[in-house]
Amino acid sequence: MCTTCGCGGHDATLEGGRTFRRADALAVAIGAVRSHAHAHAGGAPGHGHGEGHGHDHAPEAGAASRVLQVERDLLAKNDAIAASNRRVLRERGVFALNLVSSPGSGKTTLLVRTIEAWAGRSPLAVVEGDQQTSFDADRIRATGAPAVQVNTGKGCHLDAAMVRGAIARLGVAQRSLLFIENVGNLVCPAAFDLGEAHKVVILSVTEGEDKPLKYPDMFRAADLMLLNKIDLAPYVSFDRARAIDMARRVRPGLEVIELSATTGAGMERWLGWLEAGWRRCATAVPAASPGAPAA
Amino acid sequence: MHEMALAQSMLEIVEAAAREAGATHVTNVRLEIGALSHVATDALRFCFDAVTRGSLAEGATLDIDDVPGEAWCMPCGGNVPLAQVGDPCPRCGSFQLAVVRGDDMRVKDIAVA
Repeated sequence: MCTTCGCGGHDATLEGGRTFRRADALAVAIGAVRSHAHAHAGGAPGHGHGEGHGHDHAPEAGAASRVLQVERDLLAKNDAIAASNRRVLRERGVFALNLVSSPGSGKTTLLVRTIEAWAGRSPLAVVEGDQQTSFDADRIRATGAPAVQVNTGKGCHLDAAMVRGAIARLGVAQRSLLFIENVGNLVCPAAFDLGEAHKVVILSVTEGEDKPLKYPDMFRAADLMLLNKIDLAPYVSFDRARAIDMARRVRPGLEVIELSATTGAGMERWLGWLEAGWRRCATAVPAASPGAPAA
Repeated sequence: MHEMALAQSMLEIVEAAAREAGATHVTNVRLEIGALSHVATDALRFCFDAVTRGSLAEGATLDIDDVPGEAWCMPCGGNVPLAQVGDPCPRCGSFQLAVVRGDDMRVKDIAVA
């Protein structure tokens, strides 16, 4: 179990679908901790694998301990899958965004309003990440947009393999918009590239204005900050200028859009940003011929 | 931060490298963890013990080399030390900083038998 955030070894599941291997391996590792199925004779707790115990250590006669240079990034595997996701999305002209925030920032409401306002511009799909339930995917599907829910179990973030599975399930259309709503968590999702074009961080005025400095990794990883719920600003002591200043301390030049998903204030600017990004991706690939397969 | 997932990735890397070299046992793992990376080293140590049990690296010792943070400061036009993201340039106080070192998490080397 992660001692920082409590996330652990349960399997991630794709709604109605399969379980993910990474989490399987994790569960196996944790299972091994519990049962300690290792086959040493005389396995006293804490034995140190020193010389003289019974298993076959030396591939070469007389080989003592030797050092192997490895030089591999801990995230190499995730990053390779993310790069593959990014290539697949780029080839289809899909503009993909990874939406990250704390729980309760208004991500899903913002998505619902965005989907309604985007109607008619291009196909759009949503990957929803949560520990449990398909509530969010249900809310998205109620708008008519295709959505797939990824339940991470005890996991605290989406990873690239989960998104690969979700994209395969959704079959994202050519020249479409893809929203990936990450698990509500301002820490863990920062490290995991999913293959998105941009991370978009959402901060709401009902939270602390100092969050960008408390959780700098996430704000540093983002290319856009949406400051949400500005309709509530008169009722809370949230200093918007200070919040933006703190975000730009960790991510110099960070673009910020202030909006309210509830009243619609600022939504035009957000839609304009989306349109510009989507157009860049979509015009980079030829239009699909009628009846061409999405994949 | 999800140290358990990172520890699991670390174990996959370590076991693959050991098997490739024909080794049957890993006695030490050395990581390089940047001060500005996405990991809490105490949590990673805890997870290391958990994930390595029953693996080729069971009982292996873990060394973590800390890599200090460094950023390029635009006003200074040079590299400066950076203890944590969100800190100002220690020379000029600017926040116009781009991290150039200390945000990696790597398996540096392993000792095998």
